[in-house]
Amino acid sequence: MAFYRSHILVSVDPECVSKGAHDIIDQLNDELIHRGLIDEVQVLETSRIGDPTLYGPDMMVYPEGVHYARVKSKDIPFLVEEHFLKGRVVESLRAEIKAFSDEELGAPMPKEVRVVLRNCGKIDPTNIEDYLAEDGYMGLAKALSMTPDEVIDMVMKSGLRGRGGAGFPAAKKWQLARAAQGEPKYILCNADEGDPGAFMNRRVLESDPHSVIEGMIIGAYCIGAERGYVYCRAEYPIAVRTLNIAINQARELGLLGYNIMNSGFSFDLEVRQGAGAFVCGEETALIASVEGARGEPRNRPPFPAQKGLWGKPSNINNVETYANVPQIMLKGPEWFASMGTEKSKGTKTFALAGDLNHTGLIEVPFGITLREIVYDVGGGIKDGKGFKAIQTGGPMGGCIPESMLDLQVDYETLAAAGSIMGSGGMIVMDDETCMVDMARFFMDFTQDESCGKCIPCRVGTRRILEILNRISEGNGREGDLETLDQLCKEIQQDSLCGLGKGAPNPIVSMLKHFRDEFEIHIKEKRCPAKVCRSLIHYEISSEFCTGCTVCARNCPVNAITGERRQAHHIDPDICIRCGICAQVCNFNAVIVN
Amino acid sequence: MANATANDDEAIFKAVQDAVERHGNSREELIPILNDVNHEIGYIPAKAMHEINRLLKTPESHLYSVATFYRMLSTKPRGRHVIQFCESAPCHVVGGREVWETLQEHLELAENETSPDGKWTLITTSCLGVCGVGPVIVIDDDIFGNVTPDQVPDILSRYS
Repeated sequence: MAFYRSHILVSVDPECVSKGAHDIIDQLNDELIHRGLIDEVQVLETSRIGDPTLYGPDMMVYPEGVHYARVKSKDIPFLVEEHFLKGRVVESLRAEIKAFSDEELGAPMPKEVRVVLRNCGKIDPTNIEDYLAEDGYMGLAKALSMTPDEVIDMVMKSGLRGRGGAGFPAAKKWQLARAAQGEPKYILCNADEGDPGAFMNRRVLESDPHSVIEGMIIGAYCIGAERGYVYCRAEYPIAVRTLNIAINQARELGLLGYNIMNSGFSFDLEVRQGAGAFVCGEETALIASVEGARGEPRNRPPFPAQKGLWGKPSNINNVETYANVPQIMLKGPEWFASMGTEKSKGTKTFALAGDLNHTGLIEVPFGITLREIVYDVGGGIKDGKGFKAIQTGGPMGGCIPESMLDLQVDYETLAAAGSIMGSGGMIVMDDETCMVDMARFFMDFTQDESCGKCIPCRVGTRRILEILNRISEGNGREGDLETLDQLCKEIQQDSLCGLGKGAPNPIVSMLKHFRDEFEIHIKEKRCPAKVCRSLIHYEISSEFCTGCTVCARNCPVNAITGERRQAHHIDPDICIRCGICAQVCNFNAVIVN
Repeated sequence: MANATANDDEAIFKAVQDAVERHGNSREELIPILNDVNHEIGYIPAKAMHEINRLLKTPESHLYSVATFYRMLSTKPRGRHVIQFCESAPCHVVGGREVWETLQEHLELAENETSPDGKWTLITTSCLGVCGVGPVIVIDDDIFGNVTPDQVPDILSRYS
């Protein structure tokens, strides 16, 4: 192992990259060579350090622990000379940051417990030695000293449930694959995190890939698989890159490949990219995609544990499921089972999005209430507005209104409330959200992503979308809501896969909790939240208008007329309801009805 | 941004051959191969499909059925710069709608359209997983976060 006296960790977070982080790295290396320091100072890439919008491109220099921010190409020669030759910190580039200044993963909020996220932001994901220093691969060492059945038993005792959304006990899945007939067996990781608003898996893959790799090797040992694939969506190029680096480093150390840790067990891993299809998050569609076909789901049974990839027994789990395994091995199943509720053990990561003060990634034990998540961990609603609903579980989930905020978060409770856990996205909506608009929005997404194989989903979601479009445009009809109720039920019952079965869920829950809002749209042709474009009118109040002409000058379609110093008027036939006039008016004279 | 032009037959064949060499000429490697070709040329021209069919011995009907299924692959020419806008709920809820409308107005393009001068193609993408900085626009390989409508002209002007 080469010994360097100093390390420079440059953030290659996407935003820093867009500000030129890679050029900075190249220049640093060039300058270090030029100065004869290249064997003494090592430049490394790391994930996010400080808030990239404030500090990017930025870097940390060790062992001093100095943070340099907003570094430009022209600063590099001076920086190298001052800091590494003369040993002086460049104060003009230095920026203090709080210990954890990460826009999507801040310091733990109250009530958080970080297991899966424990290393994110703290270690260099492209340096396996960082992971090893945090007891990395010790879990694997322990597993390899036990029999596969003993390891499965441990995972069973922990109560770990699949974190992809379905919540099936992980150990049970492994048992089924282990017992199945057929060779060779495969293990897969579902890293096709397509739920809008969910980015937990992305962060873990980018910041702590080895936790997933280690979990997969342990799983492969249990089921007897020699090859594994991580199916990662193409929208996560940095995750793909980081994974590949991690896999190569693990191979170099003999943690992947032939005869791992002299145990006689051999296993290797490969990353496969998606190409942009949400449905490939469904396990059989994912398998089809790895096989090089359209990502269309298949009938189950047979389940992948019996007939999976290329017809062989395969085990698929979510990124987060695998990431929990090493810790369970190290700290024991009792530790894991001590967190959570009776049937939902351990912690879960969530991605909070929407109208909250504190959005981003959190990790909390099961059993926490939604109210605690929204107000204690999420910091409450932004701009002091009121809470309207929280959508859990992504586009196959349901929305939960204020009256149900004291529900505990676990698999059974959320399902009983008409929603699902899903992969962990939570979208909070304030009182200026229109539920008809949101329903239309979710259905638009699932309709677009429907693979087209089965009629209930392909045609049914389109019909639902048509009705919702009509309602939001003011053309709702008597009987529309009853038709929606029926359509939703049929699609839930008859669809081939989870996408179709789950697509109506948001609509069903919105019709249950906010039915009156839909009725107002249909009967009164009015949008109470003033969102649906066709149902709102912009007017100028003659009481407040001073005739300053600012609105008329800014209107993109010239819909406003009026003489200077006289009340102005908006022509409703030309107005496109873009809202620009309301934004530019200094006298609050533009009213929305 | 595409590295080769679609009119250059030699470049097309080379892109395909490189991709097949890199991944192997079996049907299982079809998606990685298509991804590489799409990335190199900007889309997958018919000539590329012929060549893949020849090298993989896989029917073109299968090739097209796969290429047209996935959102990030295109069998139609795209502009020099591809603008992807995230149209998912979390970005929508924090002001995504206004940014989307401004984009369309400014470019005079609707979704999936390419500008007559071949500069821009505007498409929507599903969630990119950077919801913490929504609304998000991606142009080629650059990601822009926390976008507001008045930033749109400035962002677009950075591309020639």
